[in-house]
Amino acid sequence: MYYQPEIETMDREELAALQLERMRWSVRHAYDNIDFFKKSFDEAGVSPDDLASLEDLSQFPFVVKQDMRDAYPYDLFAVPMKDVARIHASSGTTGQATVVGHTKSDLKHWGDCFARGIAMVGGTDESTIQVSYGYGLFTGGLGGHAGGEAMGCTVIPASSGNTKRQVQFLADCDTDILACTPSYALFIADTAIEMGYDPAKDFKISGVICGAEPASENMRQEIADKLGVQYCDVYGLSEIMGPGVAMECIERGGLHIAEDQFYCEIIDPETGELLPDGEWGELVITTLTRECSPLIRYRTRDVTRINAEMCACGRTHRKIDRLRGRTDDMMIIRGVNVFPSQIEQVITNFPEIATQYQIILTSKGPLDAMELQVETEPDFPIDEVRKLEDLKTRLQAELKGNLQIAVDVKIVEPKTIERSVGKAKRVIDKRGASE
Amino acid sequence: MISQLTVFLQNEKGNLSRLVRQIADNGTNMHAMFLSDTQDFGIARIFCDEPDAVAAMLNESGFRASVTQVNAVYVPNKPGGLANLLEFCDRADLNIEYGYCFKAGDEEAIDVFKINGENIDSALEDAGFRIARPEEIYAL
Repeated sequence: MYYQPEIETMDREELAALQLERMRWSVRHAYDNIDFFKKSFDEAGVSPDDLASLEDLSQFPFVVKQDMRDAYPYDLFAVPMKDVARIHASSGTTGQATVVGHTKSDLKHWGDCFARGIAMVGGTDESTIQVSYGYGLFTGGLGGHAGGEAMGCTVIPASSGNTKRQVQFLADCDTDILACTPSYALFIADTAIEMGYDPAKDFKISGVICGAEPASENMRQEIADKLGVQYCDVYGLSEIMGPGVAMECIERGGLHIAEDQFYCEIIDPETGELLPDGEWGELVITTLTRECSPLIRYRTRDVTRINAEMCACGRTHRKIDRLRGRTDDMMIIRGVNVFPSQIEQVITNFPEIATQYQIILTSKGPLDAMELQVETEPDFPIDEVRKLEDLKTRLQAELKGNLQIAVDVKIVEPKTIERSVGKAKRVIDKRGASE
Repeated sequence: MISQLTVFLQNEKGNLSRLVRQIADNGTNMHAMFLSDTQDFGIARIFCDEPDAVAAMLNESGFRASVTQVNAVYVPNKPGGLANLLEFCDRADLNIEYGYCFKAGDEEAIDVFKINGENIDSALEDAGFRIARPEEIYAL
């Protein structure tokens, strides 16, 4: 089942021709209307006219998050303000917020991209979608909302928070599809179970569309099992558009990029060199249709790889693999690269341990130390010290085997680890902080 | 069997007082408490009134609490009281996980054990030991 079959199953050659045509428009549009790109292309000695093939894009310079911060608020807009229908902004938790504008046409394309994912979980114009991403400047809420409206669904704009009410909507309003962050999906499922429901049996829900933060395979399986649903992973970032840049079909094994809208490359984050399909590296995205905020070779800092194999679902758009992390989430601990997703993968293999966890990084003299705080599941026999010690030892050994570094596991009281409503804060880095 | 309230505590300043204040604010009287600790965490084992209700209350308040069944045995409060009991356990092949003792009046003491196995109370009773009943220790 497709939302836009003529685009989603387009012949590869035809698609490449469409991409090239749109890429030439987009690069020209950025160059002619945004001082930053004019300057940056001129300095690199490249011109929009140089694009004879898609591969020629690799001669163009990158644009990075800091460039967007420096352009705050509107210096990267390519259209006059009267054509800007809406702005979104990143949270700014890691620095100056970045503002991205959308024209009416940009918003339509966005809705279409997300609606393709709704079709991937079996949604139609008869479905009810509950959007439990936060609404506001964050793109999750309104992005999912636009997708639901584009598909013609009944949209419940629940936003995030008030979890018992979320469960009530699932129970009473016959929600078919839930869209929210994975940690919140799990929290909603657990809350429903605490309230005495078996969501897999009692609720009509058949699909979840989860994104905006990393989730391990096991965590996704837990969500799918507890809610009794097909899990669709959605990728997006506010700089590029929002959720819907790539979405996962029922065949799994990666997320179909909306290739008619975005051109993706994978580079070595150290050297900036292009990497072949199948190799892990940093995802670089060029927008092909965006009018207000076109971006040419935006470095996402997300680590993934491209899977160019044909998908059994019939869609011809290539896939990106599940994100391994962000180049800036990557922790370097005693010289070893570690992603929180790897730790989560280990934890979810221990049924005695709850899914919530927190990583505390500290310095012990010149060395980095990593403490992992976990909670036991409520039915774990806490009365037996030996079992607690044994659990800790086994988890430490497993982490050491997987990550090649020593991790100090600490079993903590429940509620020590903050429950997530939006994006979960998993890593607290106290290295370099004065004691 | 006696229902013992068990609470998992992180080994951090203030955690124990927070726990006992919570129990006090609930209007619950405690009759005995024993602490065991490791480097990171401690376990508080408590005899108190209405242990099941208190465990539920604590879990609701964000603690990790459970109720554990333990064996409590009266022994004479004189040299050899405990030794006789433990020698019986040895012979009966009863493996003790942990234990503690306290004095009950001038004549007797109560020895508490967590023993893995079944029908331990009747085995002890058959051997002539007097088993403490829950109502002798706390309000049900």
